[in-house]
Amino acid sequence: MPMTKWRVARLVKVRDENPTARTLVFDVPGWPGHVAGQHVDVRLTAEDGYTARRSYSLAAPEGVELTVQRVEDGEVSPYLTQDMEPGDELELRGPVGGWFVWRPDGTTPVLLVAGGAGIVPLMAMIRARRAAGSGAPFRLVYALRSPGQLYYADELLSPDPGVAVTLAYTRSAPEGHARPPGRLTAADLGPYGEADCYVCGPTGFVEAAATLLVELGHDPARIKTERFGPTGE
Amino acid sequence: MSADYLDGNALAGPLAEIFATDVSAAVGRCASCGLTGPVASLRVYSRAPGLVARCPGCEEVVLRLVRSPDAAWLDLRGAVCLRIPLGGP
Repeated sequence: MPMTKWRVARLVKVRDENPTARTLVFDVPGWPGHVAGQHVDVRLTAEDGYTARRSYSLAAPEGVELTVQRVEDGEVSPYLTQDMEPGDELELRGPVGGWFVWRPDGTTPVLLVAGGAGIVPLMAMIRARRAAGSGAPFRLVYALRSPGQLYYADELLSPDPGVAVTLAYTRSAPEGHARPPGRLTAADLGPYGEADCYVCGPTGFVEAAATLLVELGHDPARIKTERFGPTGE
Repeated sequence: MSADYLDGNALAGPLAEIFATDVSAAVGRCASCGLTGPVASLRVYSRAPGLVARCPGCEEVVLRLVRSPDAAWLDLRGAVCLRIPLGGP
């Protein structure tokens, strides 16, 4: 089965998203393609043979593109966000995960809820919608600490037609932003409208957001979640 | 139980090493409380040796996976059954 195989990935391009996160574009010979929302396992091997593995969501519907948040004192993310240069290689395995995915063949409204770096697989869904010319109504509610933490600013500050974007700053908002900084509330996610919901972020955020969605009237069976550990490392 | 857990999505990679199809999208039934749901919705604790997946309803252990250098140990004692989608023709 091809998905189980470790493949060599060569870094071809990097793009800074903000001061602590960057997007890495890899060339992976034989990549079988993937569905928006899937992730890859990355393996780094040190000269002494020590290996470290991490999972990262794919950020785009085509090609192998990852966006990595630098975690201070992290074992892997400082290398990926600061030291790795085009031409360098790592190993990756995937795509994996067939549940937290969006396929561009439906017209059902979609509600995406991101906490911090949880935006990555949801951005892949927004990009897949664009690439497919899908008319499915999308709404993104993106909770982030401060303006300097924003990923994909160009695309999210002027979103595609049919994609509504709400930025919910939790600590500090840019000047003139209508919503005062504060944690995500039901008002940010409402009013209720039938939708397939995708929630991605740190465990505590996902727990809180999924609870708010159920309180608003969403069917728990239509809320898909993807959590990552408290630090992402 | 600590709040420090992941989703069953995190099992997708490690299980892909064993199964020819994506088991994270399979629907299972908890042997303890009978809750039915996708493997992706289990709570995965990864700080133990290996991975321990618990039922989001009753927190009983559904699945354990330990990888040694040359083998995988898979304990599915907490799952009555798994319905594994195999895709249409």
